Amino acid sequence: MSFLPYALAAWLFAVGLYGVVTSRHLVHLVVCMTVIQSSTYVLLLGIGYRTGKKAPIFSSAVPPQVGAVDPVVQALTLTDVVVSVTVTALLLALVIEIWKRSGTLDPDELRRKDT
Amino acid sequence: MTLVPLVVAVPLLAAAVLAAFGHFLPARFPDVVAVAVAAFVTVASVILIFRSSDETIHYWFGGWRPRNGIALGVSFSVDPLGAALAALVGVLATAAFVVSWDYFRERVPPQFHVLMLLFVGAMVGFALSSDLFNIFVFFELMSVAAYALTSYRIERPSAVQGAINFAVVNSIGAFMLLIGIALLYARTGALNLAQMGQVLAQHDADGLVIVAFTLVAVGFLTKAGAVPFHFWLSDAYAVAPAPVCILFAGVMSDLALHAVARVYWLVFSGPLGTDVRPVLIGVGVITALIGAVMAWLQAGLKRMLAFVTISHIGLFLIGIALLTARGLAAATVYVVADGLVKGSLFCAVAQLARRVGHTDELVCHGRGRVIPGTGVIVVVGALGLAAIPPLGTFVPFGLLGRSAGLAGYGWLAPVLVLATALTGGAVLRAAGRIFLGLGPKRDDLLVSPPPGEEEDVGLAEVPRRGALLWVPALALLICGLGLALTPGISGHAVRHAERFVDRASLARETLHGVRAPLGPVPAVHASAGSYLYGAVSVLAAVTLALLGLYRSRALRIVAPAAHRLKLLHDGVVGEYVTWLTVGAAALGVLFAAVVR
Repeated sequence: MSFLPYALAAWLFAVGLYGVVTSRHLVHLVVCMTVIQSSTYVLLLGIGYRTGKKAPIFSSAVPPQVGAVDPVVQALTLTDVVVSVTVTALLLALVIEIWKRSGTLDPDELRRKDT
Repeated sequence: MTLVPLVVAVPLLAAAVLAAFGHFLPARFPDVVAVAVAAFVTVASVILIFRSSDETIHYWFGGWRPRNGIALGVSFSVDPLGAALAALVGVLATAAFVVSWDYFRERVPPQFHVLMLLFVGAMVGFALSSDLFNIFVFFELMSVAAYALTSYRIERPSAVQGAINFAVVNSIGAFMLLIGIALLYARTGALNLAQMGQVLAQHDADGLVIVAFTLVAVGFLTKAGAVPFHFWLSDAYAVAPAPVCILFAGVMSDLALHAVARVYWLVFSGPLGTDVRPVLIGVGVITALIGAVMAWLQAGLKRMLAFVTISHIGLFLIGIALLTARGLAAATVYVVADGLVKGSLFCAVAQLARRVGHTDELVCHGRGRVIPGTGVIVVVGALGLAAIPPLGTFVPFGLLGRSAGLAGYGWLAPVLVLATALTGGAVLRAAGRIFLGLGPKRDDLLVSPPPGEEEDVGLAEVPRRGALLWVPALALLICGLGLALTPGISGHAVRHAERFVDRASLARETLHGVRAPLGPVPAVHASAGSYLYGAVSVLAAVTLALLGLYRSRALRIVAPAAHRLKLLHDGVVGEYVTWLTVGAAALGVLFAAVVR
């Protein structure tokens, strides 16, 4: 088991977070959120991976004794993807509303317009 | 015990049905369904409180019970503390649905009920779930519903902005929670809280345990609105419709804190012991004080109550952070009593918005005289926030003070008094201005909300004299303050909290079916010291309110510091996320420093 998936997850998390913090455009910000979320997929799948093992699909031809990668983390990742799609869709819908009302998507400019 | 899944399934199913058919049904039909479902959740949860009082109910979905101490299935664990929170969700949701009947002038689209019911079902599931990943899913479900509800008034830029801040900060908190869960799964191979705790207890705390605890705690504390993860909270509560705020302020934040307690006791208490106590208490104290000061500085009632919520979250966090059964019992009873009072105050705000058209105390100066009854409710509610003896909020307030003393943190009592006095005083001051026309119409110390934020539907006649607005307010207030009359409520709470903190026995009960022992009901009485602190808190609240109204120049000395604090809370979403990141890193470093 290499450390590479963990390093990748950490990198995605850090780079996404950096993007969110420094974002000057709300659509860019939402995309950065999905980058952070991707780090959780990589981490989960990395945790469940077993070198040389197959997908967890068993039948009479493939008995459970042969072993497989962990199916639980795959279920978790799937759930996570569903959650992510919902949040992203909602955020983008809100961003469109902001664009319609304010004509800008720069957070700083939006604050100036507010006050 | 089929009632257990029903408290979650019924609201979710009702939401699905309304989403599919709501548009074809008569206008008032979704209202009726929603009130009925919320009432069902309330009654069922109250029944569960009593049914679980002798023995925790473990409900395994699909009958997948644990074998040989390994839990493959997912379960709900219902104890009276969790069921009480579920009941609080039900009561507040019922009130919110009743209030929304008269509050909204336009015909409310059925999507509102759908989102609220999803929100309710998710919160109840979150309160009862005993599987960490399920907790995460319910956490996300209630968050998504909450983001959408925040932006209900989508035509207002401030509402959309508030919802975006809420969604971005909370989602990043949720990612951290998920990473924490993933790390715990990697270590323990389990998702059931009890089983995770059993595995972790076999070893000392190491880096992974500390990182996982930090991430999980930060995820929940972001939702709870603990400092410095709280910046989104006031932006969201200020723009959400008042009926939604009843649920936000009354129970959503508090549920996240209860999750911190559950995860700490069931999963981490083995390796971490009580080492993390000073750090968590520190977060609680800072949250209580910053929230209280910021509440004092607000002129907009919704923002003020948002900061009251933050401040009181700090109080509850202190109770949980004492890491004793008594502290936990005090926090739980406090959450329920205080949640009912805050819910009542938001009902009153809804009525004010409807009758006066605005909820800014300076703008509304003296205009609340048309609804004197609501004024009485707000004043009594403010005294409730100040923990007036011997009413509902005083009982847990006193218990909290004594638990702190027993744990060797006697110095916390003045902090508690300061927070309750400032928050109660702020609301009293606003009530004096709005309902009695006291004091000047200008006060430079106070922050006025940006135009369009607090003002509501505008001056309008209220149908049926607005009974659906003030009756829930009165009912919630009576429930909250009348909680003190429940015989032996503190004793029962302490008894169940004692079982809650007995990790090993509870894990054996969950995984092996060996019943956890339940001790006798201890006699818990308010001491003379508690009455003294309660009285001081109320007197200080009244004094502060009068000072704020008539001698606000005397408070001018704090103006520069207050201004700086205000600026901090007026940031853009990127800055909030920076605070979240820095806070998480600091918390991790502190945990690493204190854990031996």
